[in-house]
Amino acid sequence: MDLLSQYGPALLRGFGYTVLCWALGTVFGMALGLVIALLRHYGPRWLCWVLQVYIEVIRGTPFLVQLFVLYYGGPLIGLRLDALPAGLLGLTIYGSPYFAEIFRAGFRAVPLGQLEAARAIGMTEAAIVRRILLPLSLVSALPALINFSIILTKETVILSIITVPELMYQVSRMSTETFRYVEANLVLALFFWGLVEAISRLGRRFEARITKHLIERT
Amino acid sequence: MQASAVEIRNVNKFYGPFQALKDVDLSVPAGKVTCLIGPSGSGKSTLLRCINFLEEYDSGEIRIDGRLIGYDAPGRKMSGRALREMRRSIGMVFQQFNLWPHMSARENVAEGLIRVRGLSKTEAGARAAEALAKVGLADKMDNHPSRLSGGQQQRVAIARAIAMEPRLMLFDEPTSALDPELVGEVLTVMKTLAAEGMTMVVVTHEMGFAAHVADRVAFMERGELVAADTPDRILHQPQDPRIQSFLRTYHERNSF
Ligand SMILES: Nc1ncnc2c1ncn2[C@@H]1O[C@H](COP(=O)(O)OP(=O)(O)OP(=O)(O)O)[C@@H](O)[C@H]1O
Ligand SMILES: [Mg+2]
Repeated sequence: MDLLSQYGPALLRGFGYTVLCWALGTVFGMALGLVIALLRHYGPRWLCWVLQVYIEVIRGTPFLVQLFVLYYGGPLIGLRLDALPAGLLGLTIYGSPYFAEIFRAGFRAVPLGQLEAARAIGMTEAAIVRRILLPLSLVSALPALINFSIILTKETVILSIITVPELMYQVSRMSTETFRYVEANLVLALFFWGLVEAISRLGRRFEARITKHLIERT
Repeated sequence: MQASAVEIRNVNKFYGPFQALKDVDLSVPAGKVTCLIGPSGSGKSTLLRCINFLEEYDSGEIRIDGRLIGYDAPGRKMSGRALREMRRSIGMVFQQFNLWPHMSARENVAEGLIRVRGLSKTEAGARAAEALAKVGLADKMDNHPSRLSGGQQQRVAIARAIAMEPRLMLFDEPTSALDPELVGEVLTVMKTLAAEGMTMVVVTHEMGFAAHVADRVAFMERGELVAADTPDRILHQPQDPRIQSFLRTYHERNSF
């Protein structure tokens, strides 16, 4: 019991950092992924090719390695970041190619005719993206977006290695100080389970809202 | 000589090595209905889509009210802005309706008025309501496309086009995706539009519509524009054996 009173506040604070890292990492990663997907869709061919290489490299290497390179290798080229910003930047970069690919698939799921209808009345390409392409691709991409953001929750534990004080970091400290490995990791599991459950519930509700009008009458 | 709304001169279009349009010439008189008929794959849709430059033609000229579309000069593409400017006055209706499923009927119609014509939301909403009333859908304005029949969806698509107050309307087989009992309601709307003097180019397999509503009928085969003349001379007294054979097949298929 005194274990809880001793470590409770630190664990809660750690969980707070975990949620923060996850939320910002997801938002920034999604934004970067969207930009990459749009540039590949509309940009010149050479840019599309460069971005393809970026996607392959990031997807082909472990997050841990990327984080090490960023945090310990960064200062060599003058990029000196604190643990938290480095962790957020790392998560953003790590997630971006997956999000980019999800958006790309979403774009392809939008029937060409619906874009042509918009071009035929003289809408600008920017308006078409904002009003037609994005809303419609979001509908088909949403399950995959939610799924990947759930995967990202668990990648946040790796940030403990560069001393971001998130939940895993606090749990490791607690276990090495008290040798109560089982309890510590049980707490970890419970927190994550709660977080994932909350995200998928929110996701389902959002999905129901945006697809309300799209179910074909048969 | 009548004023031409669309002048098509010597237009060629290639898909890779395949020539989809071969030296096509056609004048579309203003205020009249021109129907494009011909066998499947003859290039009707391709030609229609070249008129608003959804499809790029490779050589020749297409002029809308005298102005070349798609190019500033032969071989030099016009700017996106100039092209959008020209498209504003050309309405298009597709075989598959192509309504935006995440918007209600009214929002579908209002979208172009807001984004392209720059009207306020309320003004656009009011104009959209008018256009929808005109196609007989005053009571379905707030339905999303998933809650509309095919015929109703196509009428919304027509309302979306006419709300922009185009000078020219293009239809690509507007009734081909519809159940037979829904074809009539769409044709009725098109006839009203024709009676009001809208310039229309209609790709259709509805020979009845071509015979009764068209002022001119153009026949295409294998990328060539074989003939363009009065409905009577194309549909009832065709001279060209290719037209005769097309009509024979059509009559065989539609008799039982
Ligand atoms: N994007 C494309 N790439 C290659 N070939 C194409 C493309 N679009 C059309 N074609 C070819 O061009 C020819 C003309 O096609 P088009 O769609 O204009 O015919 P159509 O007269 O409208 O036929 P239908 O009555 O079946 O609609 C066809 O042989 C078709 O296969
Ligand atoms: Mg066609």
